[in-house]
Amino acid sequence: MGYTIAEKILKQHAGLKTIQPGEFIEANVDVALANDITAPLAIAEFKKSGFTQVFSKSKIVLVPDHFAPAKDLKSANQCKILADFAKEQQIKNYFEVGQMGIEHALLPEAGIVMPGDLIVGADSHTCTYGALGAYATGMGSTDLARAYIDGKCWLKVPPSVKFIFKGKLDKWVGGKDLILYTIGSIGVDGALYKVMEFSGPVIRSLGMDDRFSICNMAIEAGARAGLIEPDEKTKKYVAGFKRKPKFYYSDPDAKYEKVYQWDISGLEPQVACPHLPSNVKPVSALKDIKVDQVVIGSCTNGRISDLRLAAKVLKGKKAAQGVKLIVFPATQKIYLQAVKEGLAEIFVQAGGVFSTPTCGPCLGGHMGILADGEVAIATTNRNFLGRMGSPKSFVYLANPAVAAASAITGKITHPARVK
Amino acid sequence: MIIKGKVHKFADDINTDDIIAAKYLVSTDAEELGKHCMETIAPEFTQKVSPGDIIVAGRNFGCGSSREHAPLAIKGCGVQAVIAKSFAAIFFRNAINIGLPFLESVEVDKINDGDLVEIDLNSGMIKNLTQNKNYQTQAFPGFLQQIVESGGLINYIRKQKGKA
Repeated sequence: MGYTIAEKILKQHAGLKTIQPGEFIEANVDVALANDITAPLAIAEFKKSGFTQVFSKSKIVLVPDHFAPAKDLKSANQCKILADFAKEQQIKNYFEVGQMGIEHALLPEAGIVMPGDLIVGADSHTCTYGALGAYATGMGSTDLARAYIDGKCWLKVPPSVKFIFKGKLDKWVGGKDLILYTIGSIGVDGALYKVMEFSGPVIRSLGMDDRFSICNMAIEAGARAGLIEPDEKTKKYVAGFKRKPKFYYSDPDAKYEKVYQWDISGLEPQVACPHLPSNVKPVSALKDIKVDQVVIGSCTNGRISDLRLAAKVLKGKKAAQGVKLIVFPATQKIYLQAVKEGLAEIFVQAGGVFSTPTCGPCLGGHMGILADGEVAIATTNRNFLGRMGSPKSFVYLANPAVAAASAITGKITHPARVK
Repeated sequence: MIIKGKVHKFADDINTDDIIAAKYLVSTDAEELGKHCMETIAPEFTQKVSPGDIIVAGRNFGCGSSREHAPLAIKGCGVQAVIAKSFAAIFFRNAINIGLPFLESVEVDKINDGDLVEIDLNSGMIKNLTQNKNYQTQAFPGFLQQIVESGGLINYIRKQKGKA
C-alpha cells in the first residue's frame, strides 16, 4: 500500500512498519519550538512535572518574537523566563532580541528545520515548515512540556487531502493568493484534522518564499499540516546547512481522502474580507474600501521576496495622506538584505515605517494596534474580529503587492492599477 | 466521569482570539485569563457564567492560534466542559492535555441557552434535563480518556514514567 509524504514521515518518527489515518502514535520530534507567549506555560508545566533535565539541548528552540522587543513589563518578564530557562538548560537555539526574528521565517533561514523532520511548535503557524517537505504541526504548551521531558509527542495520524494547481499564474498573483483561494473554496474547517498536500506545476514554479506562505496558512483551513514534496528548489535551499535533510515523496498509489484540481489561469489577486480568512473575494470585486493602515510583513509574508514585491509597487510613490504604512521584515537577515538592496529606503521614502522583526502587529500585540472603526489591509494570516486591536476594527488579508498598491491609493487596489 | 451544568450557547467558528484576546496573553494564570474569557464577542459572559456551567457551540470551536490560554481561560472562568459540533485540532489536543472535558455532538442545535445538561464522558451520553431528551455521542478513545482522567498529559506521563 502506498503512503503520502506525511504518512511516511510520521511512520519513520514513530518507528512503525505500517501506519494508517486515524491511528494514535507516539513519535520522536526533531525540533520543539515555543515563543514568548507559549514557552512560559510550557516551562512552568515542565518544572511542575518533577523532571529536571530537558531531553536535548539542540532540539529545543526558544524565540521571543510575539511581544518582543518587550512591549511592557509583563511581556518583559515573560521573555525573561525563556532567557533564564535557556541558560539553565544550556539550550543552544535561544534567540535574543538582535538575533531573533519571527520564528517561522527564522527557523528555515537558520537551517534548524529540515526536510523530513517532525517539528512540533507551540504556535499554530508551525505548519509553515511543511514547505520544506517536513511534517510540522502546531500544538499547545503542555505538548511542548511533554516533549521537553522525553522528546516525544502523541499524534492521531490525519488523512491527507491533495490540492493540484495547474495553469499559468498572472502577474501580481503568488503563493498568498493560492492559499487564500483555497481557504475561500473549502472554508475555515475545510481541512479540519487533515494534512493538506499542495502539488502540481504551479507549485513547482514557485520559489520557497511563496511555498512558505502557502503552508503557513494551512491552519486557517483547520489542517494539522500543509506539505509540499521537495524538489530541486528545496534541495538548493537547504544545501550548505549543517543538518542533513531527508527527502520523502508521496507514492503514486498513496491514498487521499479527496483530490482538488484547479486551473488557476486568470486568477486575480485574492483578498480575505472581515472577519474570516475564508471570506475571500478577487481584489477587483472590492470597490471603494478605504484603508487606515497597511501592514506588510509577518510569518506569512515578511520574507525578502515579499519585501521586494512591495517595494516594486511603492518605488518612487507615497502612501496616501492619512494611511499608516508599517513594514516589518521577518528576520534580522531579511532586514539587512532589505537595507542593502535599498528596499528599506523605498519604504521610508514612501512615508512608511520600517520596523524591527516582531509578530506584534499581526496579533494585535503592539507596533500598530487598530483603533475603533479603523480598517487595515495586511499581508498577515488572520482577520478575526478584533485580531489587530479594537473589536470594532476591520482587517483584510492580501498579498504584499495588493497591500502596497492599497497604501498608495488609500483604498484596496489591484497593483496593476497603480500608475 | 459525570458533569452537570447550565448551558451557554455560542455560534460556529469561535476562534481563540474570541476566547481570549492576545492582549491578555501576558499572563499564564487560569483565573486571571478567565476574567476575560469571550470578552470580544460576549462582554457580559463572565458576569453570567457560574462555576460548573457548560459551553455549547457549533462547528470548529477553538480555531486559530495554538494558545493553551484559551482552554485555560474557559476553565478559569468556571466552565467545566464544552460540547461542540466539532473542535479545531489544536484546541482539541490542548483541552485533552490540560484536562478540560469536552464532547463532540451533531445535535447541539437542539440544546438551548440556559438548558441544564448532564454529560457522561465514559459513555458519551448527553442528557438534556430541561428538555428531557438524550443525545448519544461517541466517547473518546481510551488513550485520550486516560489522559483526561489523569488530570492532563503531564500527570499521565508522570504515571507512565513512575513519577506519580
